[in-house]
Amino acid sequence: MPDEDAIGRAFREEGPAILATLIRQVGDFGLAEDALQDAFAAAVATWGRDGVPDRPGAWITTAARRRAIDRLRRERGLADRIERLARLAEQDTSGFDPPDDPEPSPLADDRLRLIFTCCHPALALEARVALTVKLLGGLTTAEVARAFLVSEPTMYQRLTRAKRKISAARIPYRVPPPELLPERTSGVLAVIYLVFNEGYSATSGDRLLRGELCSEAIRLARLLVNLLPTDPEALGLLSLMLLHDSRRTARVSADGTYVSLEHQDRSLWDAGRIREGNQALQQAAALHTPGPYQLQAAIASIHATSPSFDATNWPAIASLYAQLFSLTPSAPVRINHAAALSFAGSPQAALTLLTPLLSDPTLATYTPLHATHADLLLRTGSPTAATLAYDLAIASTSNAVEKAELLRRRAASVAADASGRAATA
Amino acid sequence: MQYMLLINFPVDEDLHATPEAWTAYTTALVESGAMVSGAGLQGGETATTVRVREGETLVTDGPFAESKELLGGYYVIDVPDLDAALGWAARMPNIETGSVEVRPVMVSNAAPVASL
Repeated sequence: MPDEDAIGRAFREEGPAILATLIRQVGDFGLAEDALQDAFAAAVATWGRDGVPDRPGAWITTAARRRAIDRLRRERGLADRIERLARLAEQDTSGFDPPDDPEPSPLADDRLRLIFTCCHPALALEARVALTVKLLGGLTTAEVARAFLVSEPTMYQRLTRAKRKISAARIPYRVPPPELLPERTSGVLAVIYLVFNEGYSATSGDRLLRGELCSEAIRLARLLVNLLPTDPEALGLLSLMLLHDSRRTARVSADGTYVSLEHQDRSLWDAGRIREGNQALQQAAALHTPGPYQLQAAIASIHATSPSFDATNWPAIASLYAQLFSLTPSAPVRINHAAALSFAGSPQAALTLLTPLLSDPTLATYTPLHATHADLLLRTGSPTAATLAYDLAIASTSNAVEKAELLRRRAASVAADASGRAATA
Repeated sequence: MQYMLLINFPVDEDLHATPEAWTAYTTALVESGAMVSGAGLQGGETATTVRVREGETLVTDGPFAESKELLGGYYVIDVPDLDAALGWAARMPNIETGSVEVRPVMVSNAAPVASL
């Protein structure tokens, strides 16, 4: 019997790297994918008869290249196939490529090329995310469809259209030149973080596969860090995702409801993930170029290493949010900054920080703003105003769990209001 | 590989760029060897749209689609790949008020291009 495990392992672990090299060699995403499928099918037959070769990845690479040559020979009317065939035949005489070669290039470069091409800004964001997971994660189209909660035909269409655009509009298969690299790298990081958040924030869908998306994003970030070891934000993103992911099991209670940071059982946090996340953050800090991912990772790191919610170093977190706001000014960052200030014992300063947001019409139904505002009003001794703010927060949420929690806090606010009135009466 | 750069202007705004800026841009394209052809177009009020529906020819005043932007001109350029075309698009003199659509020119079977 063929060794299904060996083939499955080769497909998962080496498939993306082999595919990246094949795309460069055959110059066509579709042909490279088809040839790779052919090669794995051939492996099932041959390895079952002859046993698993010493270097499965090298065997697959060579087999796939030969299948690509066969497919090109069979194709008619493709005028540039002779040139491509010549190029491929030349590469084939060089024998086995060693995919597990410890030397970095050119195989490492191929995967970097594949990441940057999949994340090209000329592709729709959803296509970038899907292509990255499909081609670099080695998932099947059905698996990618399931992970992103769309039908398989829809995902097939999305992937096909993206690959067609890469070919028809001639999106270059390369790592961008230095002048484009910073902006393109930030786009790649954003795609990887999106993959992570698809897995992290989801409460619906196939939970197992959604959790796998978090692992997949971390794997992609590790790959990027290996390929771009001096990019501090790549390290920062890896750190951030590891630290968030360390809380994966603590975020959901036994009955499946969401558990907030304050109420999580910290003994459930994954110490290995936390240690690795902190290491990545230290490596990033050593490069002396702070950025948004590193600052968010630093905040996550403080949470991850605090013995309890109350014993958290809130002034340090507030200061990190202030730095984050100066780099990426946004309402959520400011609201989190205000909340951290109030936990640090300065609810009045927090209120001052938050007040300008209240006149922003685009935030009129933004629940976190009203919930934080209400909390600050209560802490600064204005329970009547706090109750009104809770009303706004409750009216703006459609999440049942969140609503129940806000109603509970509103009741506490009403009670505080009543006892205050009784004392002054 | 040839790309058409379709230059769109906001309907109710000035052209933003001076004639000198357009001349400088065209000169740069010519000197780089990328220039194939190009032209500005007369205003949208001079446009006429033709349709044939069920054998009947319908001629109407104005551009085909009501839109906040209007096609104002085009360049056809020949550059190695999409990134190069996007680079030229980003240098368009009116880019800060208008937009540029970049479209690969369809190639006939007689002159094939490599897929990548």
